[in-house]
Amino acid sequence: MSAVARRIPFIRQWADMTPAERREAVAGYLFISPWLIGFILFFAGPILASFVISFTKWNIVSPPEWVGLNNYRRIFTLDPNFKKAVTVTLTYAIFYLPLEVVCGITIAVVLNQKLRGIGVFRTIYYMPYIVPKVAASLVWVWMLNPRYGVVNTVLSWFGIQGPNWLGNPHYVLPSIIIMALWGVGGSAVIYLAGLQNIPQQLYEAAMVDGANRIQQFFKITLPMLSPTIFFQVVLGLIGTFQTFTPAFIAAGRTGGPLQSGLFYMLYIYNVSFRSMRMGYGSALAWIMSLFILVVTILVFRSSRYWVYYEAERKQK
Amino acid sequence: MRLSKTPLGLRQIKWLNTVTGYTILSILAVLFLVPLYWMFSTALKTQTQTFAIPPEWIPDPVAWDNFAAVFREVPFGRFVINTAFLVVMNIIGQLVSVTLVAYGFARLRFPGRDVLFLVMLSTLMIPYQITLVPRFILFSKLGWVNTYLPLIVPAFTGSPFLIFLVRQYIMSIPFDLDEAAYIDGASRFTVFRKVILPLARPALALVVVFTFIDVWNDFLQPLIYLNDPNMFTVSLGLSFFQGQRETNWNLLMAASLMAMVPPLVLFFFAQRQLIGGISVEGLKG
Repeated sequence: MSAVARRIPFIRQWADMTPAERREAVAGYLFISPWLIGFILFFAGPILASFVISFTKWNIVSPPEWVGLNNYRRIFTLDPNFKKAVTVTLTYAIFYLPLEVVCGITIAVVLNQKLRGIGVFRTIYYMPYIVPKVAASLVWVWMLNPRYGVVNTVLSWFGIQGPNWLGNPHYVLPSIIIMALWGVGGSAVIYLAGLQNIPQQLYEAAMVDGANRIQQFFKITLPMLSPTIFFQVVLGLIGTFQTFTPAFIAAGRTGGPLQSGLFYMLYIYNVSFRSMRMGYGSALAWIMSLFILVVTILVFRSSRYWVYYEAERKQK
Repeated sequence: MRLSKTPLGLRQIKWLNTVTGYTILSILAVLFLVPLYWMFSTALKTQTQTFAIPPEWIPDPVAWDNFAAVFREVPFGRFVINTAFLVVMNIIGQLVSVTLVAYGFARLRFPGRDVLFLVMLSTLMIPYQITLVPRFILFSKLGWVNTYLPLIVPAFTGSPFLIFLVRQYIMSIPFDLDEAAYIDGASRFTVFRKVILPLARPALALVVVFTFIDVWNDFLQPLIYLNDPNMFTVSLGLSFFQGQRETNWNLLMAASLMAMVPPLVLFFFAQRQLIGGISVEGLKG
C-alpha cells in the first residue's frame, strides 16, 4: 500500500484489521445501508442540490436558469412578503415559546401531586396533542367563529364583546397561539418526567431549613428542571419555524387578513409549490435553516448561564 | 413556623391540599376538554342548529345521520382506506429499516461507526424544509408526483429518531445473549432475527405507534405530492372539505371527530409506553 493511502485514517484502519474484523465491518455497513442510502438520496443530496438551486430560476418544466445571487438580493431588498413572513414567525415565537414553557411547567407541577386518579387527568391533558393538526385547527376555527363560536359566547357571559378572531389581523396570531397552547400537554409530560427526576431529599432539606413552597419552587424545582427547559426551548424553537398546518387551515393559504398569519413555512410553500419558483423557494429555505442554526447555537452558548447540570464538571 | 399561625391541624391542611389539588385539576381538564366536546356536539347538530345564537350546548334533536352524511358528501371512506394503506406501508418500511440499522449501530464494529452515528443524530437538528424543494424536484423527475411513492419509499430508509430510540434499547440487551448464539454457530443475521428482535419488542411497539400517529396526522407531504382527490388522505381530505363547504360545520366536525379516533384509540392502548415510559424513566432517578 502506498504511503499516501496510509495517511487516510479510514484506509489505515482497514489495512490493520484482521479478516474477521473486516467481515464484521462489511456486515455493519450492510446493516446500516438503508439509512446510509436514505441519507445520501433524501438528505445530503437534496441539501447540496438545494444550495445550487437557490442560485437559479427554475419552474421544473423549463431548464433552470443561473441567476447568481439575484434570489437572495431580491429576498433581502425587494420582497415585502419575506419581511412579513419573518415578522409573523418571530412574533409568534416570542410570544408562544415563553407561554409554552410557563404553561407546560404549571401543568406538570399540577400533575405532580400524589392524588388518586391523577392518571386520568394526565390523559386528558395529553390527548389534544395526539389529535391530527388539521382536525384540531378546524375545531378551533369553528370555536373562534365570531358569531356562532363558543369562545365569544363564553366571553359574552362576562360582558366581554369577543373580537372577530381570525377575521381581524390583530387577532390572527393570538388565535393561533391559543390553538397551539391546547397541545401543550405534549411538553407538560416531558416536564413532568423532569420533575419526577428531582431527588426528594432536596425538598426535605429545604423544609427543615424553613423554606416555603414558593422558595422551594424557585430555588430547587426551576434550577433542577433547567436542562429539561433547555431541551424543550431548542425543540420548540425549531418547531415554531416549522409551523405550517394551523396557519394553512386557520389563516388560509394566503396568510389571512393583511397576511397576518403568513408564517414563514406557509410562504415557502406558496412560493415553491403554488408559484413553482423552485430557486426562490430554495433560497428562502436556506435562509431559514441558517437562521435556525444560528439561533440554536446562541441558545446552546447561553445555556451555561442558565442551565444547571448536576453532574457537570466545570473546567478551571 | 407556618403551622403555628393557622388554627388548622395537619389533617385539615392535608384535606385542604387535596381539595385545591382536585379543583385546579378539574378546571384545567374542562379547558382541555371543551374543544373536544364542542367538536362532538357540533357533529351531532343539524346545519340550522349550528347557526343558533346563542349556541346550543346539547344538540336537540341529535343528528346521528351526520356521520353517514360525511361518507355520502365526500369520499371519506376512500380517504380512510388511502391513509390506512400509507400507515401500513410506512410501518413495514420503518420496522424493517430501523431494526437493521439500529442493530448495525448497536452491535457491529466498523470504521467510522461513531462518526456516522453522530451524523445521523445531527440530521435531527436540521429543519426538514431545506430538503423539501429538492426532494419534490427529485420525485417529480422520477414521475412520482401524484403517486404514493414519495410518501412511502423514504420510510424504507428509516427515521433517524426511531433508529436512535431502538439502538438505545438494543444497547441495553446484554451481549452475552448474542455470544451464546454465536457459540451455537448462529450467523449475524440469525442473532439479529432470533435474539435481538424478540427482545426489542417493546421498542418496536413504540416504532409502530410513532409511525402510525405521524403518518395519520401528516398534512404537508400529502398536500405537496397528491393532486387527485381520490388519493387524498384523511387530513388532506378534511382541509379539502373545509375549502368546499365552509358552512357545513356539523359535517366538518363529524369528519374531524372520525379523523381523530384512530390515533386516540392507539394512544389509549399505548399510553403506558408513550407517556408512562417517560414517567417510569423519571421515577428511577
